[in-house]
Amino acid sequence: MSERSPLFHGVILLGGLVFGFGLGLSQMARPEVVLDFLQFEDFGLLFVMGGGAVVTAVTFAVVPRVLDRAPLTGDTFRKRVKSFDRNVVIGGSIFGIGWGLSGICPGAAYASLGIGNYPILVAIGGMFIGAYAQGYWRSYRQQTETTVTPAD
Amino acid sequence: MTIEPLQITVETLFPNGISHYAAGGLLIGLGVTIIYAATGIIAGASTFLESTWSYVSKVSRFNKPKYLASRDWRVVFAVGIVAGAAAYALTLGAGGWTTDVQLWRLFVGGVLVGIGTRVGKGCTSGHGVCGVGSGSNTSFVNVATFLAFAIGTAQLVAALGVSP
Repeated sequence: MSERSPLFHGVILLGGLVFGFGLGLSQMARPEVVLDFLQFEDFGLLFVMGGGAVVTAVTFAVVPRVLDRAPLTGDTFRKRVKSFDRNVVIGGSIFGIGWGLSGICPGAAYASLGIGNYPILVAIGGMFIGAYAQGYWRSYRQQTETTVTPAD
Repeated sequence: MTIEPLQITVETLFPNGISHYAAGGLLIGLGVTIIYAATGIIAGASTFLESTWSYVSKVSRFNKPKYLASRDWRVVFAVGIVAGAAAYALTLGAGGWTTDVQLWRLFVGGVLVGIGTRVGKGCTSGHGVCGVGSGSNTSFVNVATFLAFAIGTAQLVAALGVSP
């Protein structure tokens, strides 16, 4: 990353504030509302993801045409590139089971904490444990794959 | 009487209306827009769960250069989300609430969310809002997958009589 303006973290904070306010307003930070959606009792959450995606679609299309480089970092505007492999499906399945069980996803969990929903700390703790477990396992597997050669 | 069925259908689909859902979604998109336009960064929420471990862990996965370079602003972003939601609770949100969903569901679900979002390269904000907004096929597949499994799981758990 190139030279950073002192405003960098301030703008990240501002974006986070708006993002978090939106998560609160959208009710997605409330597990009961997410579970109602997944149980087909209230489809309102379609408008949350849909509304967010419409705004980002316009942003990702328009901003790179108006600006050459990002003012605070000097970086060029790139597309969100995530390569497709089977992990996208495996991870999505595990995430889906967890979301359907708990009714909470990462960003909404941070927002839920801000709302004063302290029991959500149990879910956030679980998320950190899960993220650690997969990272530890992947690092361990990578190490054994590169250092150990099968002797039989 | 002839237009009643349609009305009932809309009310059945959206018993709480749609305005606060849509307004919340637009603000979520606006938060992404502010950060993208100023910095070129497409912010997701779940990488924070891995990059933050690099402060205390030597595990190589958490110490990728990409995570070391982004871990500070990801903490700032998460703090912003907490504070923004607090601002909502203190203004429009009637002072906040706590969930009645059982703790074991929050914990076991949380662990699976932590594994799944990191193996699957993103979550509801990264794939769901930013990836879909980018027209990324990877994200469409991921979103379709997690939605299908989430619906199946929530319906199964409810059918087994677990509530809430």
